[in-house]
Amino acid sequence: MKYLHLVLANLGRHKRRTLLTIASVALALFLFASLRTVVTTLAAAAQFGSARRLVSTNATGIVFPLPLSYANKLQATPGVEAVSWANWFGGRYGDNKRFFAQFAVDPASYLEMYPEIALPEDQKQAFIRERSSAIIGRRLVDIFGWKLGQDVTIQGTIYPGDWTFTIRGIYTPTDAVINDDMMLFQHEYLEERTGRPGQAGWYVLRIADGDQSASIAQGIDDQIRNSNAATKTGTEQAFNASFATMWGNVSLLMGTIGMAVVFAILLVTANAMMMSARERTREVAVLKTIGFTDRTLFGLVMLEAGLIAGIGAVLGLGGAKLLYKSTNFNAGGFLPGFDVTTSTLLIGAGVTLLLMLASGLVPAVRAARLPVVQALRRVE
Amino acid sequence: MPLVEIRAVDKAFQRDSERVEIFNALNLDIEEGSFTALMGPSGSGKSTLLNLVAGLDRPTSGSVRVAGAEVSAMSPNQLAPWRARHIGFVFQQLNLLPVLTAWQNVELPLLLTNLSRKERDERIRLALGVVGLEDRMKHFPRQLSGGQEQRVAIARAIVADPTLVLLDEPTGQLDAKSSQDVLALLRRLNDEFRKTIIMVTHDAHAAASARTVLHLEKGQLIERQGAMA
Repeated sequence: MKYLHLVLANLGRHKRRTLLTIASVALALFLFASLRTVVTTLAAAAQFGSARRLVSTNATGIVFPLPLSYANKLQATPGVEAVSWANWFGGRYGDNKRFFAQFAVDPASYLEMYPEIALPEDQKQAFIRERSSAIIGRRLVDIFGWKLGQDVTIQGTIYPGDWTFTIRGIYTPTDAVINDDMMLFQHEYLEERTGRPGQAGWYVLRIADGDQSASIAQGIDDQIRNSNAATKTGTEQAFNASFATMWGNVSLLMGTIGMAVVFAILLVTANAMMMSARERTREVAVLKTIGFTDRTLFGLVMLEAGLIAGIGAVLGLGGAKLLYKSTNFNAGGFLPGFDVTTSTLLIGAGVTLLLMLASGLVPAVRAARLPVVQALRRVE
Repeated sequence: MPLVEIRAVDKAFQRDSERVEIFNALNLDIEEGSFTALMGPSGSGKSTLLNLVAGLDRPTSGSVRVAGAEVSAMSPNQLAPWRARHIGFVFQQLNLLPVLTAWQNVELPLLLTNLSRKERDERIRLALGVVGLEDRMKHFPRQLSGGQEQRVAIARAIVADPTLVLLDEPTGQLDAKSSQDVLALLRRLNDEFRKTIIMVTHDAHAAASARTVLHLEKGQLIERQGAMA
């Protein structure tokens, strides 16, 4: 500790350069944490969902609807306990700076299908009763300050026009499978306004035995194979995973180009730190003349590199952790909330250690091995 | 017994394909409590001799003993703590670490000891008092004149009470007045505090402050002048 002031004084030698170097480390590690968080979040998204819920979509693609008439057929399938359906609405609110997902659902069956959408009974009944009502997640209240009974107008994109809904319920998710920033409104209201009744975006089915999911799904698809719109049925987890795999290439891109950018920044940072150490050849020679040992000088240079890397890491990794935690970013409801995981923080700490070694080791060894006489002669 | 004993020292180094011989069978004794000036033209080996005594450089052959220790046989790991204990070194310029205050620069050798913070503070205050810079202790090198910088460097060289103080052209970059102040300080260290001093200089006037003046030429001691005091 008695050498700490010496290390701090050296860091303060070129304050701007030290600050920029720390900022570079922080930025690199912030990017690292962010990119890895995208990857871990995508992986986590594929794990959410109940094993007892199946999702049937149009076999051609999720953007194509299914006839609402399938509901009875699905309900009658052995092993299926309940059926509900939903449509992606894709509207915009206000200046659209804060996107959130809206779904048209069959209120009674959907809320029964998803007990994770916790809602007071009176609000639930009001939602079921009133055609133009909607329920919203608690986070939307925090973001927009909406209140029960308030009329909210959404601009439709897939279904053009202004759509005004009266907020009749505010739900709180009891499980991460449900996002806390969705808006749900009545499917019948959608059909009525568009004049296109009898279409569902996808079906959700609850089955009695999760172990039978594969055979039940296969049975449903076989049963509907020869209809106008064939189905593709799988578990809710697989459905969520399909959203996640839509991001697959993005994930790959982030995992390669992103890491290359991080690595480049780290190289620049390491070079700046090595340059800083090289400039002090004369001073290292003076310290050796005073009696500082090779080991002490090695330690001082490494400590300096460690402090720069460490402060940068705390700012970068800590910043990412706090930022995503406080903003609860969830890609507009497509993904579970971003959270920098412990494993990301640990790997980030490992990257920091590597950076410290990469930037500190060469100048530290050079300082330790510096021949005093040549060093003094070279400068004089 | 001399404090510094140099016996049959050869020193040569390779410059490209040429072998340059600095010393050939050099012998020299420096007594404890002496103040010796080493003079000679450039390339005569003055600084090399100083470096050999400080253990910063090794002889090609021969023996360098300081205070009974065979410096030329010590490993680098042994030399560093030995230097911290026995040698105070002052260069011609750029002695001080620019990021540290005068106080912190003087403290550097004491960081290598087991002295407590309080003991270190007492020693630093005393050393800066001896060189007359008590009022500049919080100043950084850039805030000091050249003469003041050298006096801080001398304070650093004596703060750990070393056996030997070595100075390489300490007045080489100073004006006349600052040189006089530094030389007067060195005389005082020798007279009052009985410090053994070896000073390399080009300047005959500076050398006149020493008790003994040695002339080096082509690696040989060619003249020895007695006490000047």
